[in-house]
Amino acid sequence: MNQISAKRRKAFVDEAYCVACGCCVKVCPLKAITVFKGITARVDRERCVGCGKCAKECPASVITIQEAAL
Amino acid sequence: MKKRWYDYLWIASAVYLILGFFNILFTWLGLLCFFIPLIMAIIGKDKGYCNRYCGRGQLFSLIGGRFGLSRKKDVPRWLKSKWFRYGFLIFFFAMFFQMLWTTWLVFSGATDLKQVVTLLWTFKLPWHWAYYGGTAPWVAQFAFGFYSVMLTSTILGLLTMVLFKPRSWCVYCPMGTMTQLICKARGAVNSKR
Repeated sequence: MNQISAKRRKAFVDEAYCVACGCCVKVCPLKAITVFKGITARVDRERCVGCGKCAKECPASVITIQEAAL
Repeated sequence: MKKRWYDYLWIASAVYLILGFFNILFTWLGLLCFFIPLIMAIIGKDKGYCNRYCGRGQLFSLIGGRFGLSRKKDVPRWLKSKWFRYGFLIFFFAMFFQMLWTTWLVFSGATDLKQVVTLLWTFKLPWHWAYYGGTAPWVAQFAFGFYSVMLTSTILGLLTMVLFKPRSWCVYCPMGTMTQLICKARGAVNSKR
């Protein structure tokens, strides 16, 4: 009934194009992004506040900030 | 953010290029940049080298990021495509083996040592000041070939640093592609089990 549709801005990684260099990990102030087993960067949606530092840093520009339904 | 000792490895990368300029034998140290990433990918099971210790990446982010020598534009789509990254890796391998072949020719006595650094696989620069003798000719030949590889990749990296984002080199770096392939292969094998 009184359902609140909260939306938050979060980082999203295009895993198919991620090179797993780890530049995003270095700039994340909340340690919300990690390189998973050297394969791709992954975002911890719980921690991410969508600040966009990783998106700006990413050499391959594969991170975008999008609205995510909680 | 707190700096750690490995955040200063860009100094090692810069010193390496400078030492190699004056004494070619120092370029043998560059093998560390080949073996450490591979060992970390095979035994460490991640891209720890890229993620933390790559001095070259740090150098690019310092010059391009801190000093602002970069347009900070997105890399073109083809540069991050699989065919380009894998193609560049294969090309790099071919050049690497050609260098080993040249070393072998000098080792076997078929050709003489050439004190030349080849930039971008094309431009042969006479480099007479960097070798003082004292080793077998093939040792020096390998060093000249290796310095050619390192200098060429630095030039390419600087070029894409200026044109695109500071660490654009990381997108098509052959070592990065190779270590990621190793990690992906392991992931695929493990998920089948």
